[in-house]
Parts: sequence; structure tokens; C-alpha cells
Amino acid sequence: MRIGVTVFPGSNCDRDALHAIELMGAEPVELWHADADLKGSDAVIVPGGFSYGDYLRPGAIARFAAVMGPLEEFAIVGGPVIGVCNGFQVLCEAHLLPGALLQNTHMRFACDRVRVRVETTETPWTSGCELGEELTLPIAHNEGNYFADPETLARLEDEDRVVLRYLENPNGSMNDIAGLCNEGRNVVGVMPHPERVSDPVLGSDEGMRILQSVLAEARV
Amino acid sequence: MKVRVLVRPKEGILDPQGEAVRGALPALGFGGVETVHVGRLIEMELENTDDVDAMCRRLLANPTVEEYEWEVVS
Repeated sequence: MRIGVTVFPGSNCDRDALHAIELMGAEPVELWHADADLKGSDAVIVPGGFSYGDYLRPGAIARFAAVMGPLEEFAIVGGPVIGVCNGFQVLCEAHLLPGALLQNTHMRFACDRVRVRVETTETPWTSGCELGEELTLPIAHNEGNYFADPETLARLEDEDRVVLRYLENPNGSMNDIAGLCNEGRNVVGVMPHPERVSDPVLGSDEGMRILQSVLAEARV
Repeated sequence: MKVRVLVRPKEGILDPQGEAVRGALPALGFGGVETVHVGRLIEMELENTDDVDAMCRRLLANPTVEEYEWEVVS
């Protein structure tokens, strides 16, 4: 299985993601922001960082990068995509996920390990988890405060589209949302960083519970 | 011509930045400040204003959480 990782100027979790993919036994594929295709990727990770310096708004400029065209097409036809942290912000700006990530209510950069609960296993990125499973994952963000209008929020809950929920809300996020998916369930955005806990040498490999789920999508 | 775009958080959207500034003003001895909202001012020089609305909707503002207005200043 080939798993692509987009790299924008200012991405800084791309190497971690590529390393995690290698550990999973899949083939990591670096996707430069100026690339015109996904180089045959079967799944794509949009990693964290500060794409384009977070100028204007986090993710606002990255969403117009050349690689986003083929990525949007891939997402629309059901290809598995996960956006982590800044990647989540990019997917919201690209309207592949609803809502927006606002500044943390306490005005501080949140850098911590948090407990989250897996709220649905009906996505390619949580299919290998147990429903209700609790994971400890790192967070590192200034804009992780999920916002959606009341109708969107109600829809997310009704359609079982909240993927991860914080046990203790670190940023003011509505309904303690740490991750969610699109209507087709193939596009997932999460604020916590599974790739930063993907190797026992990093202190934990709990993030692999999420990343490895996608291996089940491999074409036979 | 020169166009000035003003982008700000929508009414009712949490504005932590504005809230922090509101909290800081009394610390400097400025009393009586009830609310503060922080937005963004963008100035552009362009040939015509045909696309300014589209620019605002697609890039300069995020319509999910922000509103915008613009004017020709010169």
C-alpha cells in the first residue's frame, strides 16, 4: 500500500508521518505541494506544522497549493485522507470537512498529552480501534478550538461523525471534539498527533491504533 | 485603485484575541471598555474591483467564522 504525505512550506510533521508509514510496512510517498498528482497513493496524510507560516489563517493558503486539486478529487471519490493538526485546518479551509478551528479559548499554545475516546470505528482511520477505546495522544496547537454552527454540529452528532472526543477539553472545542469525518466518512481530521506516538522509541506507539487502521483499505 | 478590506469575527463567534485585549486595557488604567473585537485590515492596489468579493469569500475571509466589508479608498 502506498501512503502519500503532503509537504507544504512550513509542514513539520511530514517526516514523522513518513517514518510511521514505514513502520506500518506500507510505502511512504512524499507529495510536494507543487505536485500535480498523488503519485499513485492509496491513502493520504496531510501532516501538521505551520504551512505557509499560518499567514492569514492556518491552512488558508495551503488549500490552494497545486497538490490540493488532485487531493480534493481523491477525497471526493472516497480515497482515505487524514489531516492532522495543521492538516485538519487545511481540510476545513478546503471545505473537505465542515466548520473551522479557532484560536484556543485560553489564548495559549496547547502542548500536552491528552486522553481521547474513539467515538466511531466507521472510518478508514479508526476501523482498527475498539469503539470507546481511550488513547493518550500528544497535542501541539494554537488553533484547535473546533467551531461549527449549531445545525452542522447537530448533524455531526446525529450522523456519528465525531471520530475522537477529548476526555478533558484542552482548547474550548465545541462538544469536546478532537476529530471528525466528512459525510462520506473517508476524510478525517484530528487535532492530536498519532504520528508522534508511532514508535516505542518515542515513548508510545498508541498513535498506530489510528494510522494502521488504514491498512485494511489496501487493494487486494 | 486602492481597496481596503476589513475582516472580523462574526457576531457571536468567540474572539479570544479581542477578549485578551479587553482584559489588558484596564491593566493599563483604561477603564470602561466593555467589548473588544480584533479583526484584520487588508489593503490592495488593483486595476478594478470586479473580483474583490470573490477574493474575500475564497481567501481573505473564512465565511464560516468571519464577515467582511470592503471599500475603495482612492
